[in-house]
Formats: sequence, structure tokens, C-alpha cells
Amino acid sequence: MRTLTSEFLRERMAKGVRNSKRDAMSYRGITLTTGTMPNAEGSAEAVIGSTKVLAGIKVALAEPMQDTPEEGNLTTSAELLPMASENYDIGPPTPEGVEFARVVDRGIRHGGILDMSKLFIEEGKVWNVFLDLYVINYDGNLFDAGTLASMAAIATTRMPRYEDEKVVRDESMKRLETGNIITSCTFGKVLDELLLDPDGAEEELMKARLTVANSEDAIHAMQKGLGGSFSVKEIDSLIDAAFEKSKELRGIVKRSIGD
Amino acid sequence: MKNNDIKLISNGKRLDGRAPNEMRSMKIVPNVVKNSGGSAYMEWGKNKIIAAVYGPGEALPRHTANPDRAVIKCRYMMAPFSSSEEHGRVGMNRRAIEISKVTAEVFENIVLLDQFPGTEINIYIEVLQSDGGTRAAGITCASVAMALSGIPMKDLPYAVSVGKVGEDVILDLDKLEDNYSDADVPLAILPRTDSVALLQMDGEMTKKQFNDAMAMAMEAGKTISKLQKDALRSQYIEQEQKYR
Repeated sequence: MRTLTSEFLRERMAKGVRNSKRDAMSYRGITLTTGTMPNAEGSAEAVIGSTKVLAGIKVALAEPMQDTPEEGNLTTSAELLPMASENYDIGPPTPEGVEFARVVDRGIRHGGILDMSKLFIEEGKVWNVFLDLYVINYDGNLFDAGTLASMAAIATTRMPRYEDEKVVRDESMKRLETGNIITSCTFGKVLDELLLDPDGAEEELMKARLTVANSEDAIHAMQKGLGGSFSVKEIDSLIDAAFEKSKELRGIVKRSIGD
Repeated sequence: MKNNDIKLISNGKRLDGRAPNEMRSMKIVPNVVKNSGGSAYMEWGKNKIIAAVYGPGEALPRHTANPDRAVIKCRYMMAPFSSSEEHGRVGMNRRAIEISKVTAEVFENIVLLDQFPGTEINIYIEVLQSDGGTRAAGITCASVAMALSGIPMKDLPYAVSVGKVGEDVILDLDKLEDNYSDADVPLAILPRTDSVALLQMDGEMTKKQFNDAMAMAMEAGKTISKLQKDALRSQYIEQEQKYR
């Protein structure tokens, strides 16, 4: 099966055609919808091709971390739901799932999106923002879909209030203040070609992967994955491509959060 | 929990304005998970649920296989962000394990298991947003997903919960009613034979109240069954138009 797909892709790529008829540096169709789960404080669904990732935000009262007594916390988890792919199983998080959650977390955490000191309530009490990623259907490039969904969900999160020692969730909750808009671009090295937004079939053949999460003017997180490697020159060009492509993604985020 | 502080019914109307025998609004969208054999998304009031079916495939681990028939495995799980209250614990709790078991058993009644010896059929139910009655919605939705996956079944089960507030029998309890009602009875019905494939109950009911509740569920089933069949039909109409 694998050889068949591989041969098919090889033949097509020799003719300069990608699996889904796009060029090397373009995305599949993207949709980003916010507020899909109103019970959550924030939510968004990102669809890239047939990859579908849902991000849900709940905010809860917590104790601060020992090393940051005057800051709130962010906790990111990801579920590669068994319904999302034949290859996902029931059970504890796989290394693949943990990497996914951590890469998205790094872009969000270090992207200047949240001011953690604003999540401080009083001594010994802070808000903990729980970001949960749900992969509903897998067809490659979870990282970019996860970052898009997370960014849009956080930017539309409505914060509960702490009143009379109780957490109040009601109609008059205000939007969480956010700063930068962070998006990520993931590139794969597939049959020695560099491709943006690899789909599921391309990921099967992917030797190396690079994710760049950036704002308008700075890189905030990167992750190189898998057994292959990139030359320094390749990385340099991919970072340029990420800055260029992220304009498109930032536009999608802005539209979805109503900015 | 007894209804002491909250009046769930007044002047024959429930808190959300429904009559005692009125269901919340519902919607079923077929085939939402492309990789699965069959899937469906269901909104039942504020509940939002996805069910997907994989299989039949090799039963793993091997000792779970039955040489005479297929085994059905179900996982029902609630998303940590599904509730309007606190962040939920990640993973399966005892409640989810029980619901998964009784849901699998509903489908053991009707799937032609002996056609696929040694295999497993997986049902995944993910509750993305919850507002009471998620197991009923999960079964109703999984039923559509199973049919879309092409696995032969003798019937198309539906589920609904009935209950009691004071002396009134009510249909389709939402979360608040579930928490404060005097009885709660989730049911799954096989409509061709009107047999009961799932029945759970807690609270307090007389025999007559139970019979009334049962009749109410069967009546509601006509609406639910129609919605399920419409969702299935819409899929085939779409396919037909595509290839015409």
C-alpha cells in the first residue's frame, strides 16, 4: 500500500503536481469557525483540507505555580481521538499526541498572546486557562490546524469573574485580553521536495518536518521533527516562506475572531 | 437530588418553556468524519455529539476476538470543555465506562454479528457539549453512523430519556432537570419490534408513572426515528445527484 502511494506521488510530483493539485507553497482550503461550543469559555474549529481540529477553552480557579506566584497558568492537552484515524488507538497519550500539544503550546505560550500577570486574582489565587485540542479527523498537518484553532479560541474566550469567593459565569463575561496573533506554518520534506501543509498521504512519505510559529515580526516557536534533516539554507528559506504565508493565516484568524 | 429549591414545572410549562411531553429541537448531520466507515454529528438541545464507526476489522488484542461472531467495542467520552461549569477531568471515569458498556450492548442486539466472526466493530462517541441526555443522544447518533458505515443491522435504534418531576412525567430531561428531578429513565428502543435495548432508572416512580413514561418515550420515538431516516436518506439523495 505504502509503495503504491509512494510511486503514485513520485510520478505526480515529477510532473510538478501535488496530491491535491496545489503548488509546493500553498495551503489546502482553510476554514476557521469560532464559538462552536458555547458551553466552553472559548472554542474554535479549524479545518485544513479534511483535517479537522477543535480547540476548547475552560478557565478555572487555581493556585499559582511556585516560581510564578503572581501569574496565571496555561495548560495545553491534546486528544488524538480514536475516531480521527485508523491509526489512532484508545489509551494514554502517544508521543505523537504529546509532541502536537507541546508544539502548539509553545507558540501560544511564548507568542505574546496572553499576559499571564493579568490572570492573577489575589495572593494564592490565579486563573488557569485550560486549552484542550480535539483531533476529529486526521489528514496531515495537525500543528497548523491546532495553532489556528487555539489562537481563535483564546482570542474569543470570555472570562468568568471571581466574586464573593465564587466563580461566576454569566452573560456579562468579558473577552480575555489578547496581544499578538500567532500562526504556524508547517513544511515537510517529501521525496526531496519542500512542501507547505503536507496532507496525510504526503506525511506518510515525509522524511523531515519543520514548524515555524510567528507573529508579524518575530519567530516565537519552532520544531523540527522526524528522522530527516534540513540544510541551513533550506531552513532560512522556509522561515521566509513562513513569514510570507502567515499573512494569509493572520487574515483568516482576524476574520474569524471579528477583528 | 430532590427538587426543593428549584421549581422545574409551573403552569404546565418547564423551565425552558417546554410542555411535559415535548422534546428539545434536534438536528443530525451525516458523514462528518471522513476517515471513518460512517459517522454523524447530532445536536440535541444544547448537546453536541459526534459518533463514528470503524470496522469490522481485526479484533485487537487478539484475546478479545470471538471466533463465532464480531465483538462491538464502544467508547463514550465527554470533552473536558463540554460542560458549562468546571473543566472536566481528562479520560474515562466510571460513568463513561458504564455508558460505553451499555451502548455497545444496544448494538449487540441488532448488528448481524455472526457475519463477521473474529472481528471487532468500534463505536466512538465524543460529547463535545453536554446538557443532559448525552447517552441517549450518543446512541441515537451512533445508530445513524452505524447504518452509514454499511454494517448490516436488523433495526435502527433510537434513545431518549424520560423522568418525573413532582407527580408529572416528563420527556427528554435537560441537565437541570436531570440534576433535580425525582426520577430519570434513559431508554433505547428498537422501533421495528418496540423492544427495549437499554433501560436504566434512578429515583422514585409508581408502576403507572413508569408505564406513562414508557408510552411517552415510544411516541417521541416516531419523531426521532424519522429524523434518523431523513439524515440517512439525505446522504443517498446527495450521492445520487453527484453521479447522475
